[in-house]
Amino acid sequence: MTSATQSAAGGRSPLVAALAGVGHLFARGFTETGAMLLFLGQAIAALFRRPFRFSLIMAQAEFVGVGSIFIVLLTGTFTGAVFTLQSASGLARVNMDSMVGSMVMLAVARELGPVLTALMVTGRVASAMATELGTMRVTEQIDAMEVMAVDPVQYLVTPRILAGAVMVPALTLIFCFVAGVGSYVVAVGMLGIDEGAFMSRIEWILDPYDFWQGFAKSIVFGLVITLVGCYKGYNASGGARGVGNATTQAVVIGSIAIFVVDYLLTSFLLIFEPK
Amino acid sequence: MIRVVDLYKRFGGHEVLKGINLVVRDGTTRVILGVSGSGKTVLMKHIIGLLRPDRGQVLVDDEDITKLDKADMLRVRRKFGMVFQQAALFDSMSVFENVAFPLREHTKASEAEIIDRVHKALAVVDLHDIDAKFPSELSGGMRKRVGLARAIVLEPGCVLYDEPTTGLDPITTDSVDQMILDANQRLKVTSVVISHDIGSALAVADDIAVIHQGEIVEDTTPAGLRQSKHPFVQEFLHSWFKKQ
Repeated sequence: MTSATQSAAGGRSPLVAALAGVGHLFARGFTETGAMLLFLGQAIAALFRRPFRFSLIMAQAEFVGVGSIFIVLLTGTFTGAVFTLQSASGLARVNMDSMVGSMVMLAVARELGPVLTALMVTGRVASAMATELGTMRVTEQIDAMEVMAVDPVQYLVTPRILAGAVMVPALTLIFCFVAGVGSYVVAVGMLGIDEGAFMSRIEWILDPYDFWQGFAKSIVFGLVITLVGCYKGYNASGGARGVGNATTQAVVIGSIAIFVVDYLLTSFLLIFEPK
Repeated sequence: MIRVVDLYKRFGGHEVLKGINLVVRDGTTRVILGVSGSGKTVLMKHIIGLLRPDRGQVLVDDEDITKLDKADMLRVRRKFGMVFQQAALFDSMSVFENVAFPLREHTKASEAEIIDRVHKALAVVDLHDIDAKFPSELSGGMRKRVGLARAIVLEPGCVLYDEPTTGLDPITTDSVDQMILDANQRLKVTSVVISHDIGSALAVADDIAVIHQGEIVEDTTPAGLRQSKHPFVQEFLHSWFKKQ
């Protein structure tokens, strides 16, 4: 390597500089994950301290749950419908198209339901939470709350995280139901698959475990979405630009976190799959 | 009484406060005067317990607040009210709900009592019939007044003002200065004002501390400030007099 190249890299080779950059990225990722977990711990601990803010929790539950119903209904119905179309086409090649309902519902209950619901909610809820808390942070409203001897984590964060943990599973159940309706309409109504066969295969193949797995995942996803949104907003700085960055990061990191957590949870929950 | 004893604070490699010593006498208005970046807002955040020092003490009624846990800090904060630079009103709440917020959080007052106390606090700052307005509908001066009403509604012993006249026109600046004087007189509170506005400082202060590069370089009365021999204070005054 030439001395010019070495000086440009601050005395290190480009390979070492690149590795150092990757190392810093990982170190920052771990540090921030740790900070978020501590933040989650604060929020959960605040749940058990007076005052218990029922009205704030209900307001957030309405925002997360009721506010997201339309998008979940739409996504769920079309997911069930499209997945049925594609699966029926493939299964027809091996004369197993009557299995389409059970295959779609198995995938929806275990994966598509919790993951797609979480992704839809991330775009709406995590961004709104990051924006709202970020704006409060940069305009000193959170400082004002602290100065007035009100715990801002208990007031602002705990209701949001609890609402996420409760409403995202509820939305997931709705997703699964409407996906089933979408699948039924396409399979039985449009493709002419026998209704009896469609329903009986679902009963035969699906196990309560499939829904419990999806439900358990959705609770964790609800926590992740609201935690990332609240953490990014609560720690925003740098005016309007900082709030914008916090919002973008909340959606991006929240979405990535859902996939990573999904893999880890699935690996763990499969241990409990009934044989 | 508030006493700051030998306070040091560093952020990263930059030492922001370098051995601050300050006394705020009960019932008086103390102005901490300095240019942007001199450390005055950091000092104020130590007084209210939003920051902890690297070294030194902050004594509120002889209690060292730098050593308190979260629960005790919340108790001490109830002795204070604070008016932020941009008022920091909760923008999702109306004026009434903003001023009522501390009452709802810290008292068991009935709704009728809350209404009465909110209106009394707004009357102290000469605001009437604006309960239903939201912060976005108010002028800068009105927001400051609502911020002060919220700060005094629990009848604290001390009110802190963070740059109360920054960004305001001269007429509104005068009215905010008068608001501080009136509140002090009517409520008999101790006031601590952070400012870079010499005119306001001279108008409202009983005592003035000039902070420069993290150190108190002058601690005197308004009359004493005009006679100061410190080079920075002279330069500061000179730049202000030039504009008069």
